[in-house]
Amino acid sequence: MAAPASPAAAPSPLIAAVKDAGIAALIALGLALPMLGLVTTQTQAGMGLVPHWDRVAIAVVAVFAGRLLLNLTLWRPGRRKSALAVPPKVEATLARTAKYLGPLAILFAIVMPLLPFTERYAIDLGILVLTYVMLGWGLNIVVGLAGLLDLGYVAFYAVGAYSYALLAQNFGLSFWICLPLAGILAAFWGVLLGFPVLRLRGDYLAIVTLAFGEIIRIVLLNWYWFTGGPNGISGIPRPTFFGIDFDRGPDGFAATFGLSYSPLHRILFLYYLILALALITNLVTIRLRRLPIGRAWEALREDEIACRSLGINTVNTKLTAFALGAMFAGFAGSFFATRQGFISPESFVFMESALILAIVVLGGMGSQFGVAVAAVVMIGGFELFREFSDYRMITFGLVMVLIMVWRPRGLVSSRSPTVFLKEKKAISGALVQEGHG
Amino acid sequence: MTLRHDDAPALPEDVLLRVERLTMRFGGLTAVNDVSFDVRRGEITALIGPNGAGKTTVFNCITGFYKPTVGRLTLQSGNGRFLLERLRDHQISRTAGVARTFQNIRLFGGMTVLENLLVAQHAPLMKASGFTLLGVLGIGGFGAAEKAAIDKAKAWLERIDLIDRADDPAADLPYGDQRRLEIARAMCTDPALLCLDEPAAGLNPRESLELNALLRSIRDRDGTALLLIEHDMSVVMEISDHVIVLDYGKTISDGAPRAVREDPRVIAAYLGVEDEEVDEVEREIEEAAS
Repeated sequence: MAAPASPAAAPSPLIAAVKDAGIAALIALGLALPMLGLVTTQTQAGMGLVPHWDRVAIAVVAVFAGRLLLNLTLWRPGRRKSALAVPPKVEATLARTAKYLGPLAILFAIVMPLLPFTERYAIDLGILVLTYVMLGWGLNIVVGLAGLLDLGYVAFYAVGAYSYALLAQNFGLSFWICLPLAGILAAFWGVLLGFPVLRLRGDYLAIVTLAFGEIIRIVLLNWYWFTGGPNGISGIPRPTFFGIDFDRGPDGFAATFGLSYSPLHRILFLYYLILALALITNLVTIRLRRLPIGRAWEALREDEIACRSLGINTVNTKLTAFALGAMFAGFAGSFFATRQGFISPESFVFMESALILAIVVLGGMGSQFGVAVAAVVMIGGFELFREFSDYRMITFGLVMVLIMVWRPRGLVSSRSPTVFLKEKKAISGALVQEGHG
Repeated sequence: MTLRHDDAPALPEDVLLRVERLTMRFGGLTAVNDVSFDVRRGEITALIGPNGAGKTTVFNCITGFYKPTVGRLTLQSGNGRFLLERLRDHQISRTAGVARTFQNIRLFGGMTVLENLLVAQHAPLMKASGFTLLGVLGIGGFGAAEKAAIDKAKAWLERIDLIDRADDPAADLPYGDQRRLEIARAMCTDPALLCLDEPAAGLNPRESLELNALLRSIRDRDGTALLLIEHDMSVVMEISDHVIVLDYGKTISDGAPRAVREDPRVIAAYLGVEDEEVDEVEREIEEAAS
């Protein structure tokens, strides 16, 4: 943007900045006039309009001043753009620290509930966060590794939850039998979704998976005699410690182990249960990445046509990704059902899918550590803003925009190779494909 | 279910792939029209022709990316006899042993050079990992199989002189190295026939010479037959044992490189008609006018 010619040829930067700010102020005026300037009120004659020109004036002045300030400082012509891109060296250091931070985070998660100052609220929040960590890791298989954009992931979460609730209520099966069954049923639905979308890519895949999520929710809502419809299912059996209930009775957990009864026991058990489930998800994903199937997923994300030329059955590869991702959602779903004791279609709306996808994308597609951090930040952040619920979504949106500006490929964008000869070098996110469906 | 078609008529002993009456139509456009040729064992066969002659379409039919409208493609290798037009693309690579490279290089750019070569060994590794089930639990001989796969990849990296870059992402390699890596990756599937789509495109003369040596060594050391599309005539004339010329979807010449080079139809296709013919045409026009 530098003006090489005589200063007379180019307008002065100040005038240009004022002009630009003026245009922005005009746009703001146009937007603010109807939106801020006019408020409808109830009058005796019906509807009335009360003008609030002061608000419009404040908005216009704020936009003008802000734009002018930015034009003169950050957006000054000729200013070098450098702050946005993170140099590869920093990237590599981040990836290296992630290696040590991971085990530390797991250690913290294990001891956190036992620390003396931990309140019940923190453990409850931990359970919630870990549920989303697990869901994020599960979706990471589909989106991060195989590069298949799935907007209906919550459907499998719902299948898992309803599987547990219905199996436990109708057949009296215990949680530990229902858990694998719920996973298998969810995986089955994953394959069922996988078949019609095999040939779809990108936007089309996203739309069909989105529709699938809604179909499942609406079926749950309307299949009244089977799922209870909008009333949901209540009185879902609570989890037992391998058959021992967490209650006050003589056969309860506390009595059996000679402890004094505390409602905290069940919460602690739930916490460690979801921690174990999440760690299993993580472990399996890490192992799968090093197996041929995991490499085939990543190769599929990089280039599907090349995969076909190398004898990889892309149909089976995609279906296993869908099935495994769905299976982990199914596990998480049955955990959710047993924790809540009550489920209804309200819990499985599109917003949940969007939240899980946001966790995966913000964390860095394919990065286990990044996804975990993103889940903690998003869910923990949501809880922090509970008191300012009016500003929750706007902050959420703002954070998303900022992260996408500064780190468009998520918190941990580099990819770590699954095998190496001499030295394990992190691969810059700029080289890694995001998948085209 | 077996994918072999052993009841299909046998080919002569020295023929690896027989293309018979291959026709491919896209709507009203006939890209390949009644093309027949043989690819013989232990030979480098070149498929040449002007732009739009249908060479890549023939390739895509052989490697299963297109289903031919008409025609039979019989491949007879050590594993049995296969009718390629009935197989799906990944079966052609895995079972019949036909590997290919692409005109615009298709490497897995975000994966390392070594990973690229391991993805190519997907089928045997998948079997060794008990189709993932045993591998996840850590039972079975997956570790040994993976070590063998890495050794094979290492051997290929040494052959293409990329062993020092094994841990770098494939997208970071210079163009010529990417071309060689793509060939090595295709060779890691242990093919009976390797199809190369313009392997010398974009290479400088030195790299082009190295490529010739590599292709010869694949023919002589690995016993893999090669079928290549090429525009670089120095490569074609230098290394091929057999040349097929396509023009407007039809075979116009088929034979040894020298014979093909002197075939007037080939010269006409590449350079237009010869001077005498131009005179002939002009004379005809004059006669018609008078």
